[in-house]
Amino acid sequence: MHDAVELKREASAPASPPPGTPAEAAPREVQIQLYAKREEIYPRQRIGDSLAPFQKLRWAAVWATQIVFYGLPWLLWNGRQALLFDLGARKFYIFGLVLWPQDIIYLTGLLIISALALFLFTAMAGRVWCGFSCPQTVYTEIFMWIERLIEGDRAKRMRLDKEPRSARKTLLKAAKHSAWIAVALWTGLTFVGYFTPIRALVVDVATLSVGGWALFWILFYGFATYGNAGWMREQVCTYMCPYARFQSAMFDADTLIVSYDTSRGEPRGAGSKKTTRAEQGLGDCVDCKLCVQVCPTGIDIRDGLQYECISCAACVDACDHVMVKVGRPKGLIRYATERALKEHYAAGGIWGHVLRPRVLIYGALIAVVTIGLASALLLRVPLKVDVIRDRGALAREVDDGLVENTFRLQVMNTGEQPRTYTLRAEGLPGLAIASEPTFSVPGASTQTVLLRLRARPEDVPPGSNRIVIGVAAVDQPSIAVEEKSVFLGLKR
Amino acid sequence: MNEAGASGFYSAFWDWYIAVITIVSVVGCAVFLWYQGRQTVKARVDAKGNIETTGHVWDGDLAEYHNPMPRWWVWLFYLTVLFSIVYLILYPGLGTQWQGVLKWTQTGQYRAEVKAAEARFGPIFAAYAQQPIEQVAADARARQMGERIFLNNCAQCHGSDARGSRGFPNLADGDWMYGSEPQALVTTVTEGRNGVMPPMGAAVGGRADIEDVANYVLSLSGSAHDSVKAIRGKFKFDAVCAACHGADGKGNPALGAPNLTDKVWLYGGSVATISDTIVSGRNNVMPSFKQILTEPEIHLVAAYIWSLSNASAAGKTSTPPSPAK
Repeated sequence: MHDAVELKREASAPASPPPGTPAEAAPREVQIQLYAKREEIYPRQRIGDSLAPFQKLRWAAVWATQIVFYGLPWLLWNGRQALLFDLGARKFYIFGLVLWPQDIIYLTGLLIISALALFLFTAMAGRVWCGFSCPQTVYTEIFMWIERLIEGDRAKRMRLDKEPRSARKTLLKAAKHSAWIAVALWTGLTFVGYFTPIRALVVDVATLSVGGWALFWILFYGFATYGNAGWMREQVCTYMCPYARFQSAMFDADTLIVSYDTSRGEPRGAGSKKTTRAEQGLGDCVDCKLCVQVCPTGIDIRDGLQYECISCAACVDACDHVMVKVGRPKGLIRYATERALKEHYAAGGIWGHVLRPRVLIYGALIAVVTIGLASALLLRVPLKVDVIRDRGALAREVDDGLVENTFRLQVMNTGEQPRTYTLRAEGLPGLAIASEPTFSVPGASTQTVLLRLRARPEDVPPGSNRIVIGVAAVDQPSIAVEEKSVFLGLKR
Repeated sequence: MNEAGASGFYSAFWDWYIAVITIVSVVGCAVFLWYQGRQTVKARVDAKGNIETTGHVWDGDLAEYHNPMPRWWVWLFYLTVLFSIVYLILYPGLGTQWQGVLKWTQTGQYRAEVKAAEARFGPIFAAYAQQPIEQVAADARARQMGERIFLNNCAQCHGSDARGSRGFPNLADGDWMYGSEPQALVTTVTEGRNGVMPPMGAAVGGRADIEDVANYVLSLSGSAHDSVKAIRGKFKFDAVCAACHGADGKGNPALGAPNLTDKVWLYGGSVATISDTIVSGRNNVMPSFKQILTEPEIHLVAAYIWSLSNASAAGKTSTPPSPAK
């Protein structure tokens, strides 16, 4: 455990007055130093022979998130990568969906849902995102697993670090860092593989012909992974992460947090096995300090919820394990709410309080926005049209005295197959198209199409007249877009 | 002193002004940082053992300690000072006398970009510049290039389909006032044109005379007209108008006098409009593009325009919509 402030006194400062003298002492100068070097934390990863319940849950989360992360770029769809964010060509491919820059509104919807989801699960269960699914925790867990494989569990690691330098120590450290770097580089490569086809990227890397920005970003993200998960670890959570700073603002007395049941555990003490703990005047806490040993952020949960706690429930697992051994019920450290502990709710009764209006409202909002986003995506028409009317040449007179206006249409076929479209225009009596009304656009591309509209001068009121130009796919009339524009008459 | 400052506004004082302020600021920041960025600071502890505050009090009860700054913050600030020094060595940030080790200038960067573009696109343009216009017009890619140049430079007046509007010629109708050879097109774009029809009202006569001439002009193209007036108007036409427009009214490309026997009207084909033209004259200006477009670009856009009126010769039947990126 480390303190935030250390007061280092000057050697020449007067000695503290002997006990018994009044508290008043002469004013003096002291040196203040706030920088505290990080004390290495050696979380214990094994309690007992198999994985503990919450530990299993955490590893399930690691498997789930990483199978998705490392696996998705390798999927194919119609011969191309299923998930590809092609920044250069400004198209995002998500399975069958091809999103263009104009579709960024869907990202807005996704971000709103993410924000609301964040509020929801923070209000319900505190920092569980941190403890179970945050990439920082996930990668730190993977790296710590590698460390345990190579260096051993907590006691072995602590001994190794205290050892003087030796061939064996250097070898172990080199092996660990090599493994870490390998995982970090593969992570960087996978990340870049979302933006450029990963199969080609892997071939490039294997033949050492990767260059430019791809190489830079692989190294950048690889270095970030190695640095954050290998070296920084809990410092990211404690000092750097913005969510860590504001998450507590979303808590209230009904938020599930990792809590030590003080009323049950105190007074703590090892006690003896001869009589019951109650007779010895001791609470359930045997002061084994296992909860401190397993904590990845190095706190003692028995002091209460602290800022550093990432709600990973490692201490819950550790304490439950010990409680079973000493024949006491589990749950001395458990997920509970502040109010539940104060008012001693029964085990099942807590949910009625957790599912409170705030949580239900978040849930309802998420449902509404999700349905909205899903509908918008399902009903999306793979066609976009922009009408740009000629600004210089406003209107002209043509054969037979008709008035003509020229337009340029930007037709974007956002689907992947080429399509043929046809034009129509309405808004004035006898408005006719005097250019080619049918045209094709290749898949996932934009085409500039010329449109000439004619009308009789007597049908065109002076000034600007609103018209509507429609573009529809020939084979599927439901793929259609209408755009407004203006038809100008000639001055009389 | 550079020549740009010959006006007398400029003096070497300003170089020193900028340089001194910049250097003093950077050095000052570094020094200030050195003294204030100490990781260990002295503070006084009062009689009760409380660390004393700085003594300033705001808003009644807000006070502050004199604590050391975060180490990471101080190091980042040092990094910015280092960056400034390196930047000012490499780039001309200290007035005009110091050009920087890299000798970077805005015009230098522009010229480098133009050179790169020239190296990249020059050969494409040069290849087309060698070919005669008819051959360029037959090449679909060259037509697309020409169309893009047209849309950027010509469409504002001539319309994006090149069919013009009142006062701006239709470039796709095969009707040329200055001759139909491709070279005439190139000259028009390069040098511009100034088509002047002098006001002829006084020479022609009164209102009735002018209407007669207008009707005769309409008769030349077979448009609807008043035959009686037209016959009268012919005499005036031969006397006044034939000099520029030709006895048969077929126009004079050397002068840019339009052909009156076709149904192409720059301002409209009504008696009123033609009368107006005769009375007030017309002054049409096609600007010169030789300062705006390079010769190869003019060559390409001329080929495009030529292809609009010579579709069959250009090897296509209609103007296709062009793909745009």
